[in-house]
Amino acid sequence: MNFANLSFDFGVGITLHTYLVLSAALFCIGLVAVLARRNAILVLVGIELMLSAANINFIAFWRFGAHPEEMVGVLFALFSIAVAAGEAAVGLALIILVYRHYKTINPSQFRSLNG
Amino acid sequence: MNSPLFFLSYFVLSALVLVTAMAAVSFRNLVHCGLSLAFAFLALGAFYILLGAEFLGFVQILVYVGAVAVLIMFVILLAKPGVEERRWGWRDLVGRFAGVGVSLAVFLALLISVFRSPSLAVKAPEAPVFSIAVLGEKLVTEYVLPLQATGLLLTVAVLAAVIFASQEVTKK
Amino acid sequence: MLEDKSIYPDLREGRRVVRPGGKREAKPLNFPARRPWLTLGLAGAAGVFGALVGVAVLLFLMEWLKPGFLGEGCFLYAALADLDRAPAILLNGFLAYIASFVPVPPILLGILSALIVIGVLIGVFLSLFALTSVVERKVLARIQNRYGPNRVGPCGLLQPVADGVKMLVKEDIVPAGADRVVHFFAPVVMLVPALLVLAILPYGPGLVPMELSVGILFFFAMGATTEVAVFMAGWGSTNKYSLLGAMRAIAQMISYELPLIVSAVAVVMLAGSLSPEKIVETQAGYWAGIVPAWFVFTPWGFAGFLLFFIAAQAESNRSPFDLPEGESELVAGHLTEYSGFKYATFFIAEYVGLFAISGLAVTLFLGGWYAPSPLLAFIPGYIWFFVKLYSLVLLAIWIRGTVPRVRIDQLMEFAWKFLIPMSFVVVVAAAVWHYSGGGFLGWVVCTPLLLVPYLLFGSAFAKKFAPSGRVYRYSQG
Repeated sequence: MNFANLSFDFGVGITLHTYLVLSAALFCIGLVAVLARRNAILVLVGIELMLSAANINFIAFWRFGAHPEEMVGVLFALFSIAVAAGEAAVGLALIILVYRHYKTINPSQFRSLNG
Repeated sequence: MNSPLFFLSYFVLSALVLVTAMAAVSFRNLVHCGLSLAFAFLALGAFYILLGAEFLGFVQILVYVGAVAVLIMFVILLAKPGVEERRWGWRDLVGRFAGVGVSLAVFLALLISVFRSPSLAVKAPEAPVFSIAVLGEKLVTEYVLPLQATGLLLTVAVLAAVIFASQEVTKK
Repeated sequence: MLEDKSIYPDLREGRRVVRPGGKREAKPLNFPARRPWLTLGLAGAAGVFGALVGVAVLLFLMEWLKPGFLGEGCFLYAALADLDRAPAILLNGFLAYIASFVPVPPILLGILSALIVIGVLIGVFLSLFALTSVVERKVLARIQNRYGPNRVGPCGLLQPVADGVKMLVKEDIVPAGADRVVHFFAPVVMLVPALLVLAILPYGPGLVPMELSVGILFFFAMGATTEVAVFMAGWGSTNKYSLLGAMRAIAQMISYELPLIVSAVAVVMLAGSLSPEKIVETQAGYWAGIVPAWFVFTPWGFAGFLLFFIAAQAESNRSPFDLPEGESELVAGHLTEYSGFKYATFFIAEYVGLFAISGLAVTLFLGGWYAPSPLLAFIPGYIWFFVKLYSLVLLAIWIRGTVPRVRIDQLMEFAWKFLIPMSFVVVVAAAVWHYSGGGFLGWVVCTPLLLVPYLLFGSAFAKKFAPSGRVYRYSQG
């Protein structure tokens, strides 16, 4: 009855390079959001995407590394997910706070220091 | 595994990740950005599963799609920025082109450095058995300190978020 | 909880129709109403007879297709000999039978097998949905001293067909200001995870459609994605009620996911596995030969089951936690702007979600496919599984009929100040139970460990929300 016998294995033609290129592309998409968008929420989105690119790297190196049974890459990615979730919560709370104060979330408008 | 199914799912999933991520940073309507981000995280979770880390893939979906993306959409609604205004000053335009240019430069640099290191052109070893038991054991023995630190960090983050968000109430 | 939109035919029940020509009263329709059980029995007998005829025809066809096939080693005999695993044997035998005279590559055979399993799962759960939609209305009607639907078919059993036709031919309205793409995809995104989670439930020994070592996590991950669908429905409609309803629904789902997951963690901890099949297998056997060794019959398991069941009601938007769709405040919440087939899709997703989460409760706490007594173990496991699942669904209907809807502040405080702390206490109690070795010592230690926090949290909670004396400003002078 178990029809899901697509064991999650590795393709012969796929090397570590392909994963690194994918993660580099994802990282740069995140970087575009951080540098080019005029919106604090999208900056946060970009940071999340960059962290995800780092996670792809952790897992790809774990999978292709010499000692996958040590699980170091997976553990790193697990901690990174947890920390990213906390970062998102605090970052979004900060954005709400900034919005209440400046009535905008365009980061280039946060100029005055006087409260 | 040299199965065509694997290749197919690999290319479909990577295309999905890149397209949804690009959509997430380029829509003008912020809610569309948030929704695309949710789907990008979903595709990323599937990608981890394809890489053999099933546990991590489902954790990714649970945390990112169920919590982070939804939180971002909540904030989008609360902060009501809606659609980004079309008006662009020259400063904004320069900023945008500079940003895209810098990102492309970084991408090219990464690409060159990846392809110039031949030691990376390795095939994966036999599929390791992803054991959650081993993962759990390592978490509470070898990595117990990072685990506790993460717990502390999350607690502080929750408290900070609550205090930030409730400031308006306490002022009154 | 979705609103029962087709309630009006019930109101006509019992009214005598006077024909315009004369004074003679029309005879009430008495065939189904007077002898419902006779009708049902006849229909059942006809169904069994039809199934037997069908099997006979199938056997004949097989014999005719391949002479000598129905020999001693035929899979049909094997299926009859081992009723517990009959569905798997039938499926594998059927595939082997096809492969024996059509050269099919194994990957196509795998896809065919998957398609058959998917078809059977969707068929079973959609018919269960159709049955529940009429059973729920009838049970609620009995609780409220009404008849319920009894016009379409014997005892109103064909009501789902009428409802389905009605839903399909209704106009599909999209609000002018709606975000058309998001509005269109919300029901799809809602239904897909609800159907996906059915794949990991263990319906019987060896009857797991998708053996996943992290099945429980898969279930919760898919449950989390429905939040996105609710958001899409609420935001895409561009309606204040929809948006408010969606915000409430998401806040509620996030809050009640925590006790749901944490009480499941207690089970995962003691079973030592995230695989649903392994969790059921650890609940095999009977204590003293009488009491089944299910987790619900341990102190922590009982408390965990109650927490899980309450949180499951909130997760699937059932009464008394159905305020995202509370009609008195929000029309129909995020479903306000949906009609026709899209509304039906939400309806199906909600009920399939209820079945799935009840199935998970059965897997985690009620011993999955195991019989409640060794004397009844001859009944196949999948029947036990569905009996347990459906009794939980009936319990949910009973709760819907008796408990009034809670207020939004009560809802949130109940989750954060009662359910979540209690579920952590359950995890601690499970650990204590494990290290005390279970048995009498475990009961002695765990019971106070659970009862004292329950009384503390419960009394604090009850004090806050107890109804105070009502003051009538104008009538009491």
